Amino acid sequence: MSSRETAMDLAVRRPGRSPSAGRRSLVFALGCVGVLALGVVLTRTVENPYIFFAGYVVIQYVAVATGWNVLGGYAGYINFGPTAFYGVGVYTAAFLVKAMGAPLPVSIAAAGAAGALLGLAMGWMTLRVQGVYFAIATIALVVMAETVVHNIDYLGGASGLALMPPQAPAWAGGQPQFMLMVMLAIAVAFVAAARWIEISAMGRALRALKASEVAAECAGVPTFRLKLIACAISGAMLAIAGAPYVYYASFIEPGTAFSLALSLNAIAMPLIGGKRSWVGPVLGALLLATVQQAASVTISSELNILVVGVVLIAFVAVAPDGIVGIVEKLTGRRGA
Amino acid sequence: MAATRREFGTLVAAAGAAVAMPAVWRSAHGQGAPIRIGTTISKTGALSATKSTLTGLELWRDDVNKAGGLLGRPVELVTYDDQSAVAQIPSLFSKLVDIDKVDVLVSPYGAGLSAPLMPFIKQRDLFTIGMFALAGNDATRHDKFFHSAPWGPDSKINWARGFFDVAKQNGCSRIAVLSADVEFAKTAAGGAEQIAAEYGMTVVYKQSYPPATNDFSSILRNIKAQTPDAVFVCSYPPDSTALVRGLSEVGIGDSVKLFGGAMVGTQYASLLTSLGPALNGIVSFALYAPEPTMANTEMTAFLSRYEKVAAEQGLDPLGFYIPPFAYVAGQLIAAAVTGAGSLDKAAMAKVLHETEVKTIAGPARFNAIGDWTERRVLMVQFRDIKGKDVEQFRQPGRQVILDPPSLRSGELVAPLAKARSS
Amino acid sequence: MILELLANAVSTGVLLGCIYAALALGLAVSFGLLHIPNIAHPVFVVTGAFAATVFNAMGWDPLLVSLPLALVFYGAGIAFFEFYSRIYEKRGEADTMQALTLFFGVSLVIETVLVMKFGADQRSTDVDYVGQSLVLGPVVMPYRLLIPALVAPVMVTALWLYLKFTYAGIAIRAVAHDERALSVSGINPGWIKRHAFGLAAATAAISGAALVIVGPIDPFAGRMQIGRAFAVVILAGMGSIPGTLAAGILIGVTEALVGAFGSPSWAPAVAFTMLLATLAFKPSGLFGASR
Repeated sequence: MSSRETAMDLAVRRPGRSPSAGRRSLVFALGCVGVLALGVVLTRTVENPYIFFAGYVVIQYVAVATGWNVLGGYAGYINFGPTAFYGVGVYTAAFLVKAMGAPLPVSIAAAGAAGALLGLAMGWMTLRVQGVYFAIATIALVVMAETVVHNIDYLGGASGLALMPPQAPAWAGGQPQFMLMVMLAIAVAFVAAARWIEISAMGRALRALKASEVAAECAGVPTFRLKLIACAISGAMLAIAGAPYVYYASFIEPGTAFSLALSLNAIAMPLIGGKRSWVGPVLGALLLATVQQAASVTISSELNILVVGVVLIAFVAVAPDGIVGIVEKLTGRRGA
Repeated sequence: MAATRREFGTLVAAAGAAVAMPAVWRSAHGQGAPIRIGTTISKTGALSATKSTLTGLELWRDDVNKAGGLLGRPVELVTYDDQSAVAQIPSLFSKLVDIDKVDVLVSPYGAGLSAPLMPFIKQRDLFTIGMFALAGNDATRHDKFFHSAPWGPDSKINWARGFFDVAKQNGCSRIAVLSADVEFAKTAAGGAEQIAAEYGMTVVYKQSYPPATNDFSSILRNIKAQTPDAVFVCSYPPDSTALVRGLSEVGIGDSVKLFGGAMVGTQYASLLTSLGPALNGIVSFALYAPEPTMANTEMTAFLSRYEKVAAEQGLDPLGFYIPPFAYVAGQLIAAAVTGAGSLDKAAMAKVLHETEVKTIAGPARFNAIGDWTERRVLMVQFRDIKGKDVEQFRQPGRQVILDPPSLRSGELVAPLAKARSS
Repeated sequence: MILELLANAVSTGVLLGCIYAALALGLAVSFGLLHIPNIAHPVFVVTGAFAATVFNAMGWDPLLVSLPLALVFYGAGIAFFEFYSRIYEKRGEADTMQALTLFFGVSLVIETVLVMKFGADQRSTDVDYVGQSLVLGPVVMPYRLLIPALVAPVMVTALWLYLKFTYAGIAIRAVAHDERALSVSGINPGWIKRHAFGLAAATAAISGAALVIVGPIDPFAGRMQIGRAFAVVILAGMGSIPGTLAAGILIGVTEALVGAFGSPSWAPAVAFTMLLATLAFKPSGLFGASR
């Protein structure tokens, strides 16, 4: 691995790390701690539980969008079936809750492992050929995953499954508050991981791969293995994002676990925010999910979907680098 | 919009207090503040055909407000679109309860969407009317939950018992069970097996199929090979259509006396008019049929008002299935509130537990977990359907009620092959 | 009895397979020949189906009316391709991933417009032959499947002859093969691609009419078909038009056999398994030239 890494570094090395990189990482770390602290304060002070229910949905999208972007944004491989992975996370957790009343950390770990395995399997079969085949296979993967769940009676099949997951620990101040904290921690961890990937050798190799797969391969980047790793990480993240859902809703069914709206948003959010850096998915998710939470109670949801579709087309057509790209263009700054 | 009006109301009240006319203002406000009823409607998504719920509720609201409201206060509906998505339910209902401060809840449509709501209303001890959530309260056993639909007690198993009662009366002993891989259908099929066992019938075929299957010929042939006496079908609208067409195309054999039972879609005009005469002989469930044993003037009046709205808004033109029971939901709320004389939840629940409520769908009594004590799910057989005109489905004699016995308007025509050819 | 079941399962599978092939045919042109991953194609088909129901309500036969509709779709396809290529000409090189996202957005917009116009309810057609069957000994073939199924071989043959023997058809295949060489020979590849994309869209009108005869559809019916349509094209081998028919039938028959002798619940997994197996073991497909 180490000899490979040198090769990768040589291939895509940027002219020296900027001296401010260390300071920026420190600021980022402080920011993460700040966000978590803010979450704790909010769960202690805000009375109205609605904030926690709605907040959970919004933050879950930050996690999903970030997970999707590891493969879709950094490697440029579009996963049209993020819900297949998310759903596997949901059902892994559901299985563990039903079989042994598993506590949340166990479910999260198991979901991550299942998502990574699925990512590896999918990637192994489809990533050797052009990326478009991978994208198409992921569309079909959702149908496959849903069919499998339909045929497992233990998991409730098509009827869904009502579960009594372990309740939140007493210090959390209630289930909605606890779930919000858990999701926030997951999202922060994902964003930190995404940022780390981005600035590490792996991120540079992925960028080289995205720019030109042939060139990267020639320069010694192990493209296939790299894509597999990215696919596994992304799969694990998406599945982990699904695991707490069981504890949030205490009821699961295939229609929710494999919902199209979630797939749509997971793709649209990084695209609108910007796919090249970790900021994009976070921005896109916060923006789109908040608008949708507000819009679901004001305008008709047909219009809602229509707007997402049109915005998607508009961004692909005129601003392929999303909001982050627009801002960079305006401020004349480029590069993450 | 609704929320701002409420805030405005508070503002007005505050302003009134400030102008030192407190007594007059406050009592006027106290009386005038609307009673808020909150629910989510599946305006979009897979269940959007159920959005006629809203029309039923609105017609009831208009009636109540015209008659002076409840406890002298007007009634206001607060509704959001849940997009037929279970994931939307927790946050939308939290919004209804915690932000909009509604006084009474009506559940979203069906058991799937209601499932995440149940622990919530139990925990918060909220008064809720269930909309078509089959066996929705059987696990939670919340004591302030009442069904508007007459599924009857222990409905997970029993709601389609009528089909098996008819089968038993007609000497059926070999049963085939076919169901879609969808929530409601799976539940129905599970109950069917239990009842078949209870009645000493043999299940000779049991199979499920994926939603949106559009060819049933091999399934029908497999069923035919088992020579069942009755075929209990739990299907959803697209596959109900394909199945009925398959019956005409490949047949089901002469052994079958009874076919259908839980075919969703045969309650709606769009499917009825697209299938027309191909429906003849098929038995399916309904909650209302315009038979002389069931029709009453209030129901007929309600339906004719509904039809006008439906024509404007492009809803199901018949409206036999959902809208009347949305109206019933309103009537139950009205009975509870007026009976209790307040919005005290325990008192409201007590009223419904102890007294019989007269609704447009007949008298309703409730058991401890809010089931109608008497199951009133109809098994109807389609007869004499000619052409594809919608009007004929409003006539008696086209959907003959076979069960329950108290509402029976005719006997089963069997075997199926004969019923279809007549 | 088993034999009768087998014969019927195979015949139903062939009929369904033909319909799958009809759905995938436009994709075989746009994706197989032009390398445009048009995941919105199934939604185009559904749009065609809705158009057919509108005219059917006025008393027209859906398949007959789909022929003039195909012309409209051809025009719309050309206009759409113009929009698509404008975006990419500006950007320089076409990025497949961006294109996928664009088509994804387009299918959302079309679906939503259909919902807003027609509602989310099921819509179906009213034709006389629905409910009747052609009986050949033990084999029963419903006209509801038979007649739409016949559309596929007709379209496949016509398209294949067109690509093989006409000037424009040969040019389309040339574009698929080597775009630059074509422009050297004095033909405008842009025009040829537009024309080909228009043809692909035109097939959607006809397949849509076929689809709505088979069973009722709603605006989201296309989603069920995306995976299957791509499975057909990839199994056939990129750009192989007759292969599309063979691949569709192979998938249809396998699904029918799984349904008849295994469990119908597993039928949706068939197309996907075949798609994955093709990608993993024979990416060039059954009839495609290796790339």
